[in-house]
Amino acid sequence: MIPGEFDYYSPGSLEEAVGLLQQHGFGAKLLAGGQSLIPAMRFRLSAPEVLIDLNNVEGLEYIRESNDHLAIGAMTREAMLEESDLVADRYPLLADAARVIADPLVRNKATVGGNLAHADPANDHPAAMLAYGAELVALGPDGTRTIPIDDFFVGLFENALDEGEILTAIRIPSPGANSGGAYVKAERKVGDYAVSAVAVQLTMDGDRCTAARIGLTNVNPTPMRARNAEQALAGQTLSDDVLETAGQAAAAECDPSQDLRGSVEYKRDLTRVLTKRAIRKAVERATGAEA
Amino acid sequence: MSKHDITVTVNGTTHTREVDARLLLVHFLREELDMTGTHIGCDTTHCGACTVILDGRAVKSCTVFAVQANGGEVETVEGVAQDGELHPLQEGFWEKHGLQCGYCTPGMIMSAKYLLARNPNPTEEEIREGISGNLCRCTGYNKIVEAIQYAAEKMNEPATEEVPA
Repeated sequence: MIPGEFDYYSPGSLEEAVGLLQQHGFGAKLLAGGQSLIPAMRFRLSAPEVLIDLNNVEGLEYIRESNDHLAIGAMTREAMLEESDLVADRYPLLADAARVIADPLVRNKATVGGNLAHADPANDHPAAMLAYGAELVALGPDGTRTIPIDDFFVGLFENALDEGEILTAIRIPSPGANSGGAYVKAERKVGDYAVSAVAVQLTMDGDRCTAARIGLTNVNPTPMRARNAEQALAGQTLSDDVLETAGQAAAAECDPSQDLRGSVEYKRDLTRVLTKRAIRKAVERATGAEA
Repeated sequence: MSKHDITVTVNGTTHTREVDARLLLVHFLREELDMTGTHIGCDTTHCGACTVILDGRAVKSCTVFAVQANGGEVETVEGVAQDGELHPLQEGFWEKHGLQCGYCTPGMIMSAKYLLARNPNPTEEEIREGISGNLCRCTGYNKIVEAIQYAAEKMNEPATEEVPA
């Protein structure tokens, strides 16, 4: 299958890319890793008139920790997350997510920014970043602004970027003491989207959970936080009963659709189970009890 | 639609062509350069039959535009054997019966080559993870894993026998 016709531009700087985006308007699409966009173009689900390739823009591939956050350049490849000792040591939820995205070949091209900007509820980074409470940095003709992740996913394949804006970086708040996170995904086979997946980032004070954020993958029309499940954990000693309550809350508040991956009932129950598993793993990491 | 002059080095040989922006790298290799060792299996970024190494990373060449490879270096299955000698991976697929129909083999070999370059002593699990973006529909994976293990062992043998002092 061959994509439709388009004009191709390969800017060397972000300023140039923003200029091209302004010049070509709605018919233009940004090309990051291309691992979702190019298949969509081959199926003619997407037929942009203009492609602006970000792969030759300098300075968008990096993973850096500063005093209070981890900054990830939008064009950072998933494989770079997998290979990063910093991510493995300090951001295990992100490391969990990176290694279950698509397959290793796709991860060599696919980018963190593309995964988020695509705003596909089946993608893995949205839930992970919702759990982290990340901030997204966008550059447009009027300069830079930051967008809280909670405001970023406005619809199916629809994000909060303005027409002329480019996502340039993702900022994850550094986890404080006694914090831990995990991403647990059920997939039918390598390379498939999740049947369901759950991201949890929490902070413990002894047995008590003082704060928790939970993101869900592919069980809702948009990437979502499981706020009721978070509420069930906050301030509680994490007994089996509390975990079950949180799992049931997540199962109830998501809105999966039936497809080849399973029925609505199955996906809800799987979400309940994965929520409990992700919480347990996050607690083990927060308390240093991980084997 | 824009057309672009691109220069791509494939297995050490530099090629310059004018291509349509929408030409995929796999079509560039197969149709412009007549290098049909790289296969097209699924057209949906699933099967990995089209795997090549682009600027040091194994990628699915059906999911990269040829114009994006401008100035880059591509390694395909045609470049794996050197001076008429099979690469240890090719020898491994031969010795361990790592293929039946052979359709997935070029992609398997390129993924395995990428894996062994980064991890010369992979565990069985790491091999299975390394080729998890490549689908085989006949041999099954056990023989392919054995072929890669054979190659890893062979590549780790010292080049010459050490002479005791």
